[in-house]
Amino acid sequence: MALQDWKQHKRPFAAIASGPLLWLFLFFLVPMTIVWLYSFGQNSGPADINITGTLDNYKRATEWLYLSIFGKSLAVAALVTLICLVIGFPVAMAITFAPEKWRPWLLVAIMLPFWTNLLIRTYALMMLMGSNGYANQGLGAMWEGASWLKTMVGLQPLEAWTPVQLLYNNFAVVLGLVYVHLPFMVLPLYSALDRLDKSLIEASLDLGAGHLKTLFTIVVPLAGPGIMAGVMITLIPALGAYLTPDLMGGTDSQMIANVIERQFKRANDWPFGAALSFLLIYAMFILVALQSLRGDRTKTGER
Amino acid sequence: MAQFHRQLFKRPPIAPLDYTRKAWMRLWVGATLLFLYAPLLVLMVFSFNDSKRNAVWKGFTFKYYEKAFANSSLVDAMVNSLTIALFATIVSVVLGALAGVLLWRFRFPFKSAVEGVMSLPIIVPEICLGVAMLIFFAKIDWPTGMPWPLNLSAITIAHITFCFPFVAMVVRSRMASFNREQEEAAKDLGASEWQTFRDILLPHMKPGLIAGALLAFTLSLDDFVITFFTSGPDTVTFPVKVYSMVRFSVTPEVNAASTILILLTIALTALALKVQGVKGIAETH
Amino acid sequence: MAEPIIQIRNVTKRFGKVAAVDNVSLEIMAGEFFVLLGPSGCGKTTLLRMIAGFELPTEGEILIDGQDMAGIPPNKRPVNMVFQSYAVFPHMTVADNVAYGLKIAGVGRGEREERVREALQLVSLAGFEDRKPDQMSGGQRQRVALARSLVMKPKVLLLDEPLSALDAKLRAQMQFELSELQDHVGITFVTVTHDQDEALSMAGRIAVMNKGEVAQMATPSDLYEYPANRFVADFVGSVNLFEGKLTLDEPDRAAVDCAGLGKVYLNHGVTGPHGADVWIALRPEKIYLHVPGDGKAIRAAAQDAPDDHNLARGVIKGMSYLGDITLFEIQLDNGAKIRVSRPNLSRRDQEDFTWDDRVSMHWRADSPVVLLS
Repeated sequence: MALQDWKQHKRPFAAIASGPLLWLFLFFLVPMTIVWLYSFGQNSGPADINITGTLDNYKRATEWLYLSIFGKSLAVAALVTLICLVIGFPVAMAITFAPEKWRPWLLVAIMLPFWTNLLIRTYALMMLMGSNGYANQGLGAMWEGASWLKTMVGLQPLEAWTPVQLLYNNFAVVLGLVYVHLPFMVLPLYSALDRLDKSLIEASLDLGAGHLKTLFTIVVPLAGPGIMAGVMITLIPALGAYLTPDLMGGTDSQMIANVIERQFKRANDWPFGAALSFLLIYAMFILVALQSLRGDRTKTGER
Repeated sequence: MAQFHRQLFKRPPIAPLDYTRKAWMRLWVGATLLFLYAPLLVLMVFSFNDSKRNAVWKGFTFKYYEKAFANSSLVDAMVNSLTIALFATIVSVVLGALAGVLLWRFRFPFKSAVEGVMSLPIIVPEICLGVAMLIFFAKIDWPTGMPWPLNLSAITIAHITFCFPFVAMVVRSRMASFNREQEEAAKDLGASEWQTFRDILLPHMKPGLIAGALLAFTLSLDDFVITFFTSGPDTVTFPVKVYSMVRFSVTPEVNAASTILILLTIALTALALKVQGVKGIAETH
Repeated sequence: MAEPIIQIRNVTKRFGKVAAVDNVSLEIMAGEFFVLLGPSGCGKTTLLRMIAGFELPTEGEILIDGQDMAGIPPNKRPVNMVFQSYAVFPHMTVADNVAYGLKIAGVGRGEREERVREALQLVSLAGFEDRKPDQMSGGQRQRVALARSLVMKPKVLLLDEPLSALDAKLRAQMQFELSELQDHVGITFVTVTHDQDEALSMAGRIAVMNKGEVAQMATPSDLYEYPANRFVADFVGSVNLFEGKLTLDEPDRAAVDCAGLGKVYLNHGVTGPHGADVWIALRPEKIYLHVPGDGKAIRAAAQDAPDDHNLARGVIKGMSYLGDITLFEIQLDNGAKIRVSRPNLSRRDQEDFTWDDRVSMHWRADSPVVLLS
């Protein structure tokens, strides 16, 4: 359907465009620009920042400490995304091929946690994983069971169960992020699989391929854009995650967002925090650009 | 007789594409749902537990609900959150609908740039947006200490900034399914520009607006990071309050308050289901 | 045409409580072009998908080449399918599409390329090897799907509504091509269609399905000329149906008294009880149209029928000129309506009759069909 040219409909165009564009400019672009300018500044007083055009903040960001935190954040986010993909793909498949009357309910079941408050979900998971939580009790029961089995076959029983520390370490951060982001992954995967013509799968089976072979030669390549969307929608927020590493992580599981927060709330080094923020934003841009580059290539390849 | 039994109890065979009926697949989905829901269920159950500890069941009680409701700072935080969410939703729906129509309807210079900037609040990490809002409101000396609810304005503005692009996205994708011939038919039958908008476009947009409003409301209610940077001592929202409670002392009151919020989410979902039907909800995502 | 290649024995398929296929038994012979014909929802596609293995029968068994297919998944069955949507893999080239099954079967590279080349030649797509499916027309994509299945040398090729997505001209051409192709490769074809022209023009034998059951199984001409029941008579071609009572039934002649059409005489016997309620089916092209009172009609009818039999009179109420024929809708004097088609043998034939003309009609004693159900 042809789009309307703004020149021929100046009044409705102005009426429609001015509100959102003005808001976007005032309350998004202006604040972002200020942050950007601050990243080239330095503290000159308790609440005074001089924008001197210095690159010191960026230089400092390339120190090993910050680079390693950046690298670690990326690694954690990538691992979380991978786990979500592995868990989420079969779930998305199951929803896609579920009977008509179940499918919407399964989707709602996936979306409900996604709508539940992030903090509450994180807190709930922490409660389960505390040293007296059910996760530990479950592990303890398994340990007892193993110990009992050993005595049954005449061996020494295992030593008494001591609760393991499940929280406040890197494992907890990864688990927490997976818990929080899993619905993000399932939904785009589902919508990609749902668009897939089922007879393509049948054709592959018909031509002699097994289910796994069909999955890797037909389903995955064709659901590629959806998989990429799921990956991005999980990877980007995971990379910038603040709450989960803050609450569930230990002293060594700080991610980049926690470092940024510290510059503003505790270290009071706003210019450096601004520089780190923009480095994080640039990282997002690169990821998004990589994705759209990939998208363009598949598009031209198909044409 | 045996034949009859076989007839009666034989389940239909599993066809090749009945992936959902394969045992391992069901196990996988079941385990995933357990993973997603078990923590929430445990939290809700233990909000009724008559014990300070979250591990052992000591008996049923409502006392933590009473305590939560008696805790005025918690109640205030909840009221703040709901107020912010309400205002943020109203403004976001208006701005989002306009932005959605703008991108769907018009051709104008720098359109792809506008599209890109519009999607930025969605992609930019929350922490960066929070930082930007902190600096912005400090820099322009946004008045603090105003009477309620004006003191919530900074947080509300921040929420609108990241909520309305989502609404725009939902509205735009809804409008993509609009058949422009309907509009032409209305004009052919004598409707004016405004009448066409009111009678034809708006009804088509409505499911998108409802979905967008629900999305904006939940996003606003849910937000911790951006609020954390824009809230002051007298503008604590529910997530910020819960955060400090979790951070500094775990009390069963948090369980009770969380349970209320979970139930509120479920109620909103149920409302959405009632308005749009299960299918409609599934399709808006 | 001797060995049955597919045997379907008492097959029933229920979806919930609804029986999509209801106790169907039929045999398809090796090398024949078999068509399953029926309206949408009659169970024909379900039956085809059960042969391919995508649906499993609730009851009954399916044998392919004498082997029971129960428990054998689609990828292990000696049949291949051409899907309604063609299901050509959009991310592979034409050559990769056609080679897909061979690759999985472990056919070596040299032989694979040779067979792909042959298959593409067979469907006149030589030279299209490196194209992607979205650079091709619907007809070409269908040929890819055909080649992709034929290259596997299946015992049976299943085609699900193969021509439904093509435009009318291309469809007519493909009907011929499919028949020729089947003749050439000698593989058994089983096709599903809702289009009777398609079925009549391509099939060696047709099974007409209705509500999950086989209504009749016959060659195209038998189906058209000797329908077994009202459903088949009405579904295959166009027909006038009249209710009547059997008044005479002897080995070499029969008569039916129809309230609508009058007295109908047949020059062969029917096996039905005297006075039984029956239906007369009379095809529009088997009725002759005359100007009333020219006496020719009566004389012509009298040649093989007693007086007052196989004659009717009425007024033309509707006309549609279709080029090769003209179709008339005539209201009989007793109010019933009948459709008559008349070939335009010369360029001015369509001017012989027009609206509101009174006409008389006659038909030969071997034209009507008596239907008991």
